[in-house]
Amino acid sequence: MQIPAPFDYVRATSVDNALELLSRHGPESRVVAGGHSLLPMMKLRLSRPEWLIDINDLYELDFILRDGGKLRIGALTRHTTLLESEEIAALFPIVRDAEAVIADPVVRNRGTIGGSLCQADPAEDLSTVCNVLGAEAVIRGPAGERTLAMAEFHRGPYETAVGQDELLCEVRIPIRPRSGSAYAKVERRVGDWAVGAAGAAVTLAEDGSIADAAVGLTALGLDHTVPGTAELLRGQQPREDLFVAAARLAADSCDPVADQRGPIDYKRHLADELTRRVLRQACARAAQTQEG
Amino acid sequence: MQISMTVNGNDVTSDIEPRVLLVHYIREVLGLTGTHWGCDTSNCGTCVVLLDGQPVKSCTVLAAMAAGHDVRTVEGLASGGTLDPVQQGFMEEHGLQCGFCTPGMMLTARALLDKNPHPDATEIRQAISGQICRCTGYATIVRSVQWAAAHPAGGDSDADADEVLDGTDTVIKDIPAETKDAEVKA
Repeated sequence: MQIPAPFDYVRATSVDNALELLSRHGPESRVVAGGHSLLPMMKLRLSRPEWLIDINDLYELDFILRDGGKLRIGALTRHTTLLESEEIAALFPIVRDAEAVIADPVVRNRGTIGGSLCQADPAEDLSTVCNVLGAEAVIRGPAGERTLAMAEFHRGPYETAVGQDELLCEVRIPIRPRSGSAYAKVERRVGDWAVGAAGAAVTLAEDGSIADAAVGLTALGLDHTVPGTAELLRGQQPREDLFVAAARLAADSCDPVADQRGPIDYKRHLADELTRRVLRQACARAAQTQEG
Repeated sequence: MQISMTVNGNDVTSDIEPRVLLVHYIREVLGLTGTHWGCDTSNCGTCVVLLDGQPVKSCTVLAAMAAGHDVRTVEGLASGGTLDPVQQGFMEEHGLQCGFCTPGMMLTARALLDKNPHPDATEIRQAISGQICRCTGYATIVRSVQWAAAHPAGGDSDADADEVLDGTDTVIKDIPAETKDAEVKA
């Protein structure tokens, strides 16, 4: 029977209250939302917080809101909500692509975008999604609010810019016209961690050429977007040989490890093939999208 | 700590350790052993219960986190001695053999049908994709859910008795109404 070590439990009643509790209880306190990363770690004693601060009552962090040129997503928004949102599917199809293959439907009822991003597991999908979409993370702490680009927020495996006494409150994704995005993952079975995955976001110019592009990889040993992708694609009309070149770039940039999910060569092959697929689809989607 | 919640429509209050998982609270404190405890790692789905109507894996939810919420277990599916159409469907279509995954499967099916009364086979398979059956097989589980979708008011299995060819259904029917579904697996 796997049971967490003893801890004290408290429910936060507001973001301010959560921050106050984090300050009061210090480094031995942890925030729990969906709990599907933290509780398994606590069962295995990989994490032994003395205080668990439950933020599931903070409905103020559960929202999807279009605000000018950005879509704002509250950190407590559940995976199921993201998957089912028609607005998100229209603006950022990559989110629906990824959400459909994150864990399983029952786990998605609990897990949150904020929890996934803060856990920053190397095989976690939304970090890649937010990276390629150029999202920002809004973090609140005792000193107030700060907004970080995903590249600054996501520091590597299991590490983010969120301090011990801070809370990720919101993700903001810029809405760009003539844009498309896509995500593709290979997993051994439903709910397993990715063998490998790739995400792409593309913005087209008015003449149909590529104005901007980003590719990211999941579980393949690359924390941030594939360097050089935008430079390679910018100004070019979408073409298969370009996708092949960008995919080679992705395969060369990644640094997968061999494990029970596959050897390095296979994972590098996935980086290549999945990058082609998501770029192809992101460009096709961008071409179909007139408004952002 | 003291927690209160609604379980199958009943208000319950208990003193528990904060680290008690919802699955153990339901089974050991409330004595509702129809909720099964399986892998402990939120993979197998046999511990699925409905939390505010949504299926969740109760091995990965603290009982404390469920406080103030509405929990429904397999014991809460039947009402007044009448089986839920999902339960009836599992009888009609041989949706269970050993029965270990059954409570979770039925609750997920109930939540699916509440949201989408006419799911196709793919939607049913997706809905139960986080739950593992290792004996009966998914084909009959999918058919069981389809039966429930086609019979939203349930139905009297006796009326269909002529269609039942194997003895399993007879055995299940013979279990007294007050015996909870937890024991149907036997």
